Amino acid sequence: MTTVPSPNASSSAGPVALSIRDMVVTYDEFNALDHVSLDVAEGESFGIVGESGSGKSTLLRAVAGLAKFGQGSLEVNGQSYSGSGRNKEFYRTVQMVFQDPYGSLHPRQTVDRLLLEPLVIHGFTDVDARISRALDEVGLGAGFRFRYSHQLSGGQRQRIAIARALILEPKILLLDEPTSALDASIQAEILNLLEDARRARNLTFVMVSHDLGVISHMCERLTVMKTGKVVETVAAQALEKREFSADYTRQLLVASEGFRRG
Amino acid sequence: MSATSNQPLLTVDDLRVTFPTRTGEVQAVRGVSFTLGRERLGIVGESGSGKSQTGRAIMGLTPSQAKITAKTLALGNRDLLSISASECRHLRGKQVAMILQDPKYSLNPVMRIGRQIIETLKTHEKVSNAEAKARTLAMLEAVQIRDPERVFSLYPHEVSGGMGQRVMIAMMLICGPELLIADEPTSALDVTVQLEVLDILDKLVADRGMGLIFISHDLRLVSSFCDRVLVMYAGRVVEELPSADLSQAQHPYTRGLLNCLPTIGSDRHPLPVLDRKPEWRL
Repeated sequence: MTTVPSPNASSSAGPVALSIRDMVVTYDEFNALDHVSLDVAEGESFGIVGESGSGKSTLLRAVAGLAKFGQGSLEVNGQSYSGSGRNKEFYRTVQMVFQDPYGSLHPRQTVDRLLLEPLVIHGFTDVDARISRALDEVGLGAGFRFRYSHQLSGGQRQRIAIARALILEPKILLLDEPTSALDASIQAEILNLLEDARRARNLTFVMVSHDLGVISHMCERLTVMKTGKVVETVAAQALEKREFSADYTRQLLVASEGFRRG
Repeated sequence: MSATSNQPLLTVDDLRVTFPTRTGEVQAVRGVSFTLGRERLGIVGESGSGKSQTGRAIMGLTPSQAKITAKTLALGNRDLLSISASECRHLRGKQVAMILQDPKYSLNPVMRIGRQIIETLKTHEKVSNAEAKARTLAMLEAVQIRDPERVFSLYPHEVSGGMGQRVMIAMMLICGPELLIADEPTSALDVTVQLEVLDILDKLVADRGMGLIFISHDLRLVSSFCDRVLVMYAGRVVEELPSADLSQAQHPYTRGLLNCLPTIGSDRHPLPVLDRKPEWRL
């Protein structure tokens, strides 16, 4: 199983925004990530699919500095980062949205406080205008500004989490299953919101999901992961035309098409 | 496939489940009616649509502060609303069984798997220890667990999610219930494992001629698994249709649910979203 993306799939258009080489994350003696390499071009939307335990979330967490990587290298916009520790500049460039909107917002802070915190950390001064603009951008408006997260629905919470990520005007957004805790109709709204934001700000997405449908809708290229390794990297259109080589990718594709009797 | 006997297995007429809250009463289920034969019925809806409360009301698992009313809620010819708690316990597990979403929470974490299944069996049938064990092992084999002896003596945390859900199915089917209610039985599992578990469930339900109520948020999955689908919105059934006719769904909510899913090969940007009309709630 090779970790090098196949040449026809890695035809990255612009300069490289995110480059991962031979990354290894080890928990005790277990290799959660086993020599993973990938490149994401600037402005690209890149997907990672796999089952639980495949290492897809660990990869995002290692990039964001939430998990320490032991070997390998990470480059973001030409800057090198080590296994642990990220500076402020990194978080101006890279922000993350998590799966569970119930767990990722502070339960005792109002939306205003939640959105204020990143702005204060990074020394912004026009906080008031930025907060109201961020709320407008995610389609919530001023009426939600002084609510607590328990007064919001799951979809509204995820909008706040997206607003919090976008408020620092990052270049790269790491999305860890951003819609898998949501109803199908709310999922569609959040995916549309993310696409609009990407278009308006020319963002780079790295999106993790177990749902091939979601990834093929949102991303131009995708990597299939299994047991901490990259199985293959293909263009999203290749799924439709069945132009992939790994048997595991086919299994995932069959599974995503639903139950068949017989 | 669905043999229609004269007497329906389950009759639900005008079922209502009401919860008291600080701001007044909330009706989670508002007049649901259907009959079920020996067939596979799907109930689909989003969170808060009342689909799970419908299943729980049939099972007698509604929280005590909630109020259930119905013109009829009968299993065969037994009225489920008027039976005592002990009669209900007798039915539950023996004639009606329920599979819940996540085996991590629905299996007893401090009891070995074999003992949990035997406990179910012994609650309802007078059997010797040896026979109980033999039947449990046979049941574990029926849910395609390769090494039943080993799994028999494991704790739930020692098995994977897919294995746990098979154990759950084994436990629910060991007393041979007539009706099985499966509430999101595969939503907590990985996609590839989902299909295996569904396959096992499908074969067992068909072989034993049970009635099945399959509750899920996933309209496509339900329609590929069931004979008939009820679509619920805000506590009511907004549409009922045979699974084969799903593409001809009339109600805008059903159509919206079908359309809003991103699928491989359909290039729709932006995705259509549901425009929830207030009149759907009426």
